[in-house]
Order: sequence, then structure tokens, then C-alpha cells
Amino acid sequence: MQKLYDQGSKKMNNLQPKQETINFILNFSKAMHIVKTRNMLIEVHKN
Amino acid sequence: MNTTTSDAVLVKNYIYGNERALEILVLRHKSRVYNFIYSKVLDRDLSEDIFQDTFIKVIRTLRKGTYNEEGKFLPWLMRIAHNLIIDHFRKSNRMPKFESRDKEFDIFSMLKDSGRNAEKQLIVDQISADVRKLVEELPEDQKEVVYMRLFKDMSFKEIAENTNVSINTALGRMRYAIINLRRLVVAHNIVLTE
Repeated sequence: MQKLYDQGSKKMNNLQPKQETINFILNFSKAMHIVKTRNMLIEVHKN
Repeated sequence: MNTTTSDAVLVKNYIYGNERALEILVLRHKSRVYNFIYSKVLDRDLSEDIFQDTFIKVIRTLRKGTYNEEGKFLPWLMRIAHNLIIDHFRKSNRMPKFESRDKEFDIFSMLKDSGRNAEKQLIVDQISADVRKLVEELPEDQKEVVYMRLFKDMSFKEIAENTNVSINTALGRMRYAIINLRRLVVAHNIVLTE
């Protein structure tokens, strides 16, 4: 599977995602927390 | 822990709360994932959205403890991206398009303010442009709800019917859109006041 994806990506230009997208992902991770209750997992976002 | 640490170790560290581990994983694989997405959708903005959704899905799965580590982080990551691309194409074929009759709809054009001077008008135009840019950065499902609710003044019942989701889902998307917009305003240091 990894070989297949690698082959495909080598054909493309070396494009990069925007830095703000990376920052958004990292900030999302920092803000996101999972609270475990008895029966379920609740996603909580701290501002 | 450094840039040579294996994916498996980084994943484990991240699950135990090390945010730096995620950063290394994102930076390590960003190019491969992004280029893979772009090769399928051929649109930079859409690629950004799917790239973002891919890692958000990764974060959620790792945090919820439902990731099954078998030393295959990259194939798993690429499979998530692949599935989101398929979801996008399915959705874009199924969903009706909501295009405003006047394509450049401007929410501020509806506000009557005869006393507005040129400087104020410039500020309002800038705010309008900033809001539009921010909305564009939202994931597709949230962007759609924001456009329908705020720019097309549709009720959540209408939005739910038109997007084939429940009212609760539409409300949830709006809520996340607002959370994300607030976060973007802070991240971009944007002042949205006259």
C-alpha cells in the first residue's frame, strides 16, 4: 500500500500546504480534549 | 525525540500528550499527503481543506484511543486522505449547488448607512473581505452551512433538508464553524470592528 502511494506522489510537483493550515491543525490538537464518561467519549474544545 | 524518531514512537508520544510529536509527524508527511490530495482534486484550496480534515481525523482517532498501531502510520494516513477525497467527490455529485443570483453577494451591501464616509466604507469593505477569506478557510461542510445561514438567510431546517443531514448536524456544523472562525480571527490577528 505504501509503495502505491509513494509512486503516485513522486509524479507530482513538490507542493506544500500553507503554514496557516499547519498552524490550524496544531492549534486544533492543543485545544481539543477528550473527556471520558461512563459510556461515551466527549470531544471538548478549549478556546 | 527528534526528526529521526520513528512514526510509531511519535504516535505513542502524541497519545501520551506530547504535542511536539504531532508537529514532527505533520511536518514529516505534509508534502506527501498534500501532493497526493492535490493529484486527485487539482485544486489548491480544496487540497488545503482535505489536508486539514485528514489530520483532524488523525488527531481525533489518536486522542480517542481507537488507533490500532501496527507500524503503518503512513498508509493509514494516506487511506484517511483517500477516503476524504472520495467523500468530497460523492458529496459534490450528490449535493445541490447553492449559488447566489448575484454572485458577489455582500452582506454589508444590505446595511443602510447613508452617513458612512469613505474611510468607514473602506474599513467595512476590508472587514467584509476578511470575513469572506475566513469563511473560505473553513472545512467544506462548515462553509456550506455558514453560507446558507448567514449569506442566504436559510433556516436550519432548510439547511438540513438541502444537505441531507439532521438539524442537529447542521447546528453542530454551524457551531464548529463559529469556533473555527473565532480561532482563525485570533490566529490571523484580524480586528473585525469598525
